[in-house]
Amino acid sequence: MDPTATVAAAKAIGAGIACIGMGCAGIGLGHIFGNFLAGAIRNPAAADGQFGRLIFGFAITEALGIFSLLIALILLFT
Amino acid sequence: MAYDPIHQFRIENIVPIEVGGHDFSFTNSSLFMVLTVVASTAFLVLSTQRRALIPGRWQSAAEMTYEYIAQTLRDSAGNDGMRFFPLVFSLFMFVLVANLWGMFPYFFTATAQIIITAALAGIVILTVVIFGFWKHGFHFLRLFVPSGVPKAILPFIVAIEVLSFLSRPISLSIRLFANMLAGHITLKVFAGFVVALGSAGFLGILGAVLPLLATVALTALEFLVAALQAYVFAILTSLYLNDALHPGH
Repeated sequence: MDPTATVAAAKAIGAGIACIGMGCAGIGLGHIFGNFLAGAIRNPAAADGQFGRLIFGFAITEALGIFSLLIALILLFT
Repeated sequence: MAYDPIHQFRIENIVPIEVGGHDFSFTNSSLFMVLTVVASTAFLVLSTQRRALIPGRWQSAAEMTYEYIAQTLRDSAGNDGMRFFPLVFSLFMFVLVANLWGMFPYFFTATAQIIITAALAGIVILTVVIFGFWKHGFHFLRLFVPSGVPKAILPFIVAIEVLSFLSRPISLSIRLFANMLAGHITLKVFAGFVVALGSAGFLGILGAVLPLLATVALTALEFLVAALQAYVFAILTSLYLNDALHPGH
């Protein structure tokens, strides 16, 4: 097979593998929000006070999923 | 007309300027950064011009933004952290307004360029490092030596702490860049689906409603992400500045 096609195929496979990172980020996000909801149902009055920390934790965890999306996009488009 | 999702990120010269062999052209990126400064300045200055004791809607909005970031900075960095409030607030407003400008169709998203987010992250980290050394001298390096660590593993802990400090500018810049890039690419991909389905006959037009609805939902998500990423940039800046002000855990 000619080398350029091999490289392009390998990049496409790599982009697909990078998507596993986004699945893992999804697990992390479910963990964060699940724990928040579990705590909020036990103590609804305190839930609103922690909303800022929830959103901060969400953004940090989401960032790692987006980093893996970035790798996939770099592989696909360069 | 371009139908690929990457075309929106191309830098195009509006006013070519060359100084000593280097390209200082006024590009679409420069235009939108200027518009960002104009819009945020206009919003803050014009809303608070009347200085009413009971604020109207615009003045309320400006005051709430100010107070929210001031509270975040005070919580993260303490009262002596407020000396950095102009920096943190400017960064927050720049990122927020630049992200929001990018939400309009056909407009250019300045923060979806890695060089711009890297420059912003570079400003933050340089401020942290230079201020840390200026204020504490070499005691600033106490930041990398957490208290209560057994002497045996101390070298490894220090190495890990240094590495995680060095990863801060990288993660700060890439977080904002990748969020904006991914969001806008996804929007354009779904919009492309609408066009592709719509050109496939009558059933295609009926089916094109689905990616259209998805695009609307994604646009709403993108507005949330725009505001959220600005807030995360501000709060992380506050936390890093706290490390410069009060090194040592």
